[in-house]
Amino acid sequence: MRQPINEAKNDPKFQKELTDLLNNYANRPSLLYHAKRMSDDLGGAQIYFKREDLNHTGAHKINNVIGQALLAKRLGKTRLIAETGAGQHGVATATIAALFGMSCEIYMGKMDTDRQKLNVYRMELLGAKVHSVTSGSMVLKDAINAAMQEWASRVDDTFYVIGSAVGPHPFPEMVRDFQSVISREARAQILKETGKLPDAIVACVGGGSNAIGSFAEFINDPSVQLIGCEAAGRGVDTDQTAATLERGSTGIFHGMKSVFLQDKFGQIDKVYSISAGLDYPGVGPEHAALNASGRAQYVGITDDEAVDAFEYIAKTEGIIAAIESSHAVAYVEKMAPKMRKDQVIICTLSGRGDKDVASIAKYRGVDINE
Amino acid sequence: MSELAKVFQNKKAFIGFVVADDPDADSTVKNVVALAEGGADLVELGIPFSDPVADGPVIQEADLRAFKVGVTPDKIFEIVAAIRKETTVPLVFLTYLNIVFKYGYDKFCARCQKLGVSGLIIPDMPYEEKGDLAPIAAKYAVDLIPLVTPTSGHRIEKIVKHATGFIYVVSSMGVTGTRNTIKTDLHQLIQQIRQYTDTPTAIGFGVHTPEQASELGAIADGVIVGSAIVKLVAQNGTNAAPALKKYAQEMKAALPVLSAE
Repeated sequence: MRQPINEAKNDPKFQKELTDLLNNYANRPSLLYHAKRMSDDLGGAQIYFKREDLNHTGAHKINNVIGQALLAKRLGKTRLIAETGAGQHGVATATIAALFGMSCEIYMGKMDTDRQKLNVYRMELLGAKVHSVTSGSMVLKDAINAAMQEWASRVDDTFYVIGSAVGPHPFPEMVRDFQSVISREARAQILKETGKLPDAIVACVGGGSNAIGSFAEFINDPSVQLIGCEAAGRGVDTDQTAATLERGSTGIFHGMKSVFLQDKFGQIDKVYSISAGLDYPGVGPEHAALNASGRAQYVGITDDEAVDAFEYIAKTEGIIAAIESSHAVAYVEKMAPKMRKDQVIICTLSGRGDKDVASIAKYRGVDINE
Repeated sequence: MSELAKVFQNKKAFIGFVVADDPDADSTVKNVVALAEGGADLVELGIPFSDPVADGPVIQEADLRAFKVGVTPDKIFEIVAAIRKETTVPLVFLTYLNIVFKYGYDKFCARCQKLGVSGLIIPDMPYEEKGDLAPIAAKYAVDLIPLVTPTSGHRIEKIVKHATGFIYVVSSMGVTGTRNTIKTDLHQLIQQIRQYTDTPTAIGFGVHTPEQASELGAIADGVIVGSAIVKLVAQNGTNAAPALKKYAQEMKAALPVLSAE
């Protein structure tokens, strides 16, 4: 894998094809939007949203999928498989498979196929086959297990499009590189708009692909604070959480040495979050390293806080953001009031929230079925 | 010569697998003894993991049965100590890297040596990642059994060149579990391995009938049976030993006999 990735990286033809698809198919560059009402309402820092939710398919996932699918094509593969949590990565993979005329199979935990039915149907509309994974706790990590098993059994014609910055080397690095377009654009956009670097970058972290993509181009700017928001579920101190960096310990799983939620014997914990995209028991190795070095800070956001933020950004900015991204918005709500009005926060809206409307209604006890 | 190399000396080896603590500790001891009495030359003990990515449903269910009775690595070491009072059959562990990592590589390998567990099979440890564990395992004379799959391709030389114990040849891609047909050209795969090493080879994944034992035993130095044995444990509960002994006898009898040299 390493060699073809490096060759592709240094091949101007590959880069041209990638940029062309990102710009002319996926709707890049994405907007950097100044959320003035929210900034005024919170009364502190100026808040800018990096609008990955406006990408084709509605999330940052497409950035990485286009890159990997081009690699797959380069390697002569004709079939894409992928795991998905909330369904956004699955939808992105199914979309590009359709565009490239490749066959596509998506692995999704049964818990997630149940709570994200719309995305399941969307993938099927795009021509993909969706496998509802019933092993283990039937969520994202089990979908990854199933996709890895499938890949192990059929590597000849198949490319495993991994959705997050996790897995064995060189996958996390490759996903970071494809997602770095987020911070590459955001850095140029904010410099153009304000003439200076932002004070903080805030992004949600499950496996950590949108966060590492949002951080990448700012890591060497020490004045820029980097904050990852993990899903604390019912609370960091409960056993119904996915706050890996707050509660986890070092382990080796899914081919990577990183931080995982696990028991003292090394059995991987079941995790919980209202967000299907964030309930992963580990975190990409680069986030573990950024946490250990103190370069980035990681905070836990509960279901309650995320749902409040989901509603808040809808009402103040007219944006229905993904429940995953709402975890980042929740932290912006906490930090912005403590900052000066000339300071700037960039918060990545990793995806749009249409897919979450039904589960938010359910959370609030609203019956939207006729 | 390593303990494991002796397993293959002048004979084709039959290797059986059970999940430790499935369905409980006492049964595991009896089952291992039964396999040994039936003719198993080596027994693999599976240490359950929450996410056994290389295993099919039969072994996953066995893992769940073991979790139900509170399996832990320490409990498994106690089971091994009890096995060692009954039989000297060579033993290896099959588990996933995080279990060994969390226990501590040094402490884990030291206990293996003390209790006579001669090797470790870790399907989720790619060859490239074994750097930290290998020197510690070597210090305690615990062989790290590498897995070669039909897609190992140009990596085979690297994987097998310095292998000790034996080489676990994965018959076909995918997870563990019985298969009726094995399509891989195993003859060619074994020939490829033998270009680089004299370390014995054993074929596993999908092996379950005496006919397969006879056929694959002619190609490799041994055959490994997991899911078929675990199925017998599932069917017979705490009284699986007689069935295991009979099964081991049938499989062992089907293996080709090497002429004395």
